[in-house]
Amino acid sequence: MALQSLDIVRRSATTTAPPGVRAAYTGTVAKLIDTTKCIGCKACQVACMEWNDLRDEIGSNVGVYENPGDLSSESWTLMRFTEYENPKGDLEWLIRKDGCMHCADPGCLKACPAPGAIVQYSNGIVDFHEENCIGCGYCIAGCPFDIPRISKRDHKAYKCTLCSDRVAVGLEPACIKACPTGALVFGTKEDMQQHAAERVEDLKSRGFEQAGLYDPPGVGGTHVMYVLHHADRPELYAGLAADPHISSLVGLWKGVSKPIALAAMAFTVLAGFFHFVRVGRNEIDERDEAAARQALEAAPQRNASQRPGAQPPEKRP
Amino acid sequence: MSDSERRPTLARYSSGERTNHWLIALGFVLAALSGLALFHPALFWLGELFGGGPWTRVLHPFIGLFMLIVFLPLAASLWGDNRMQAADWQWLRRWKDVVNNREEHLPEVGRYNAGQKLLFFVLGACMIGLLLSGLVIWRAYFSLYFSIGVIRLASVVHAVCAFVLICAILLHIYAAIWVKGSLHAMLRGTVTPGWAWKHHRAWFRQITHAAHPRTRPD
Repeated sequence: MALQSLDIVRRSATTTAPPGVRAAYTGTVAKLIDTTKCIGCKACQVACMEWNDLRDEIGSNVGVYENPGDLSSESWTLMRFTEYENPKGDLEWLIRKDGCMHCADPGCLKACPAPGAIVQYSNGIVDFHEENCIGCGYCIAGCPFDIPRISKRDHKAYKCTLCSDRVAVGLEPACIKACPTGALVFGTKEDMQQHAAERVEDLKSRGFEQAGLYDPPGVGGTHVMYVLHHADRPELYAGLAADPHISSLVGLWKGVSKPIALAAMAFTVLAGFFHFVRVGRNEIDERDEAAARQALEAAPQRNASQRPGAQPPEKRP
Repeated sequence: MSDSERRPTLARYSSGERTNHWLIALGFVLAALSGLALFHPALFWLGELFGGGPWTRVLHPFIGLFMLIVFLPLAASLWGDNRMQAADWQWLRRWKDVVNNREEHLPEVGRYNAGQKLLFFVLGACMIGLLLSGLVIWRAYFSLYFSIGVIRLASVVHAVCAFVLICAILLHIYAAIWVKGSLHAMLRGTVTPGWAWKHHRAWFRQITHAAHPRTRPD
């Protein structure tokens, strides 16, 4: 919807300020995923499919809990399961709802070359606008969480929208509404941090000394946060990044190097122009032609039958 | 000059070499314009020349492949004339005489001067870099075979190689304007004896068997 453009605070491949920077700051939203309450029912996956009208291809059972096997352009959220044997020898079933983390400093947006294909709203949601997407996949290279997927059908990038359409009209995301255990909650980021703090305190009192909130500062914090029993080892949860940040290679590629390279190319052209103005062309004059003629006449001709002083062998009319 | 029509000319580029060169030039211009569209948002509008953003993304890798493929035969045929020799390093050390048009202070130059030879190798290196990195970031067909770290590295390598290539070609284009007669050589194939005498004297002696013939090193 057009009015959403008023709420855009960051816009991909755009060097001027978007309208959102002038908006009143009303705080941001966040989804809190409490892995300690999750039972792995996948109701959130179903709700996501329903609300966004997505139907992934039906795969085959390869003997794992995940279904489907991975995120895709048709599956924007996915329960990932890990069987973890803790130091006491007990099995812990760690279940993490994977999907876009809605970084405050989004690597996808930084890498995107298409103006307005990726935007960040003032409420913190990072959204793909597929009508502007060109399908280059740079967002995949930019993402620290390996989230965006290119559709094989329309070659555009897709990921969780945090139900930006629902949130815009005061509804909670579809996955939140479907969760039967209260593992998923949604609200202002501040409220979610407070709620998480209570959860962490409760978990610590029940023996999970390392329980904590996952809101990684490397990407400026995220608008999807996790409560983890083992916040000291996020990688236990199906490889959740311990210290995610935009890769320095992406920073180099789509950061300072862009204006510097452009300036250097412009400088090269200007250098040529001013060389022309100051030094001028390197031209041949009659003395060069005369010297060449002399050398030709002195040269032993390849073809002895040629007239003396005639054209050289490679002569062209 | 009353006898200018009858002035002899020397053949520098055959029609095949000229065709080849301009095919590379065509490939380069299209690849550079479509690539710059994806490199900097200020140049994204260049994508409109190719039918918009998605079409630019689709066409760019194929244009790049075309440029590389047509580069190969010319590179192969010019390889022998572009090997650096002792006199070339001397030529490069006297770059101030070069840029100030004082060719009388420079060692005699063969078919190509050291600047042209360096350009040749820079182009070759950039083409290889662009091909390898370009395949890695070709999302539609090849990216799925590479890890994210390799893709990120390839993205940087691709941008760096393209940047160097574009700057090198800008210099190449300027040099053709600067050294009068060069453009004609690549458009019509011939140069005047005076041109060869002044800019490529060793080559002049070699093709005309003029005094002090130089033996080709290869």
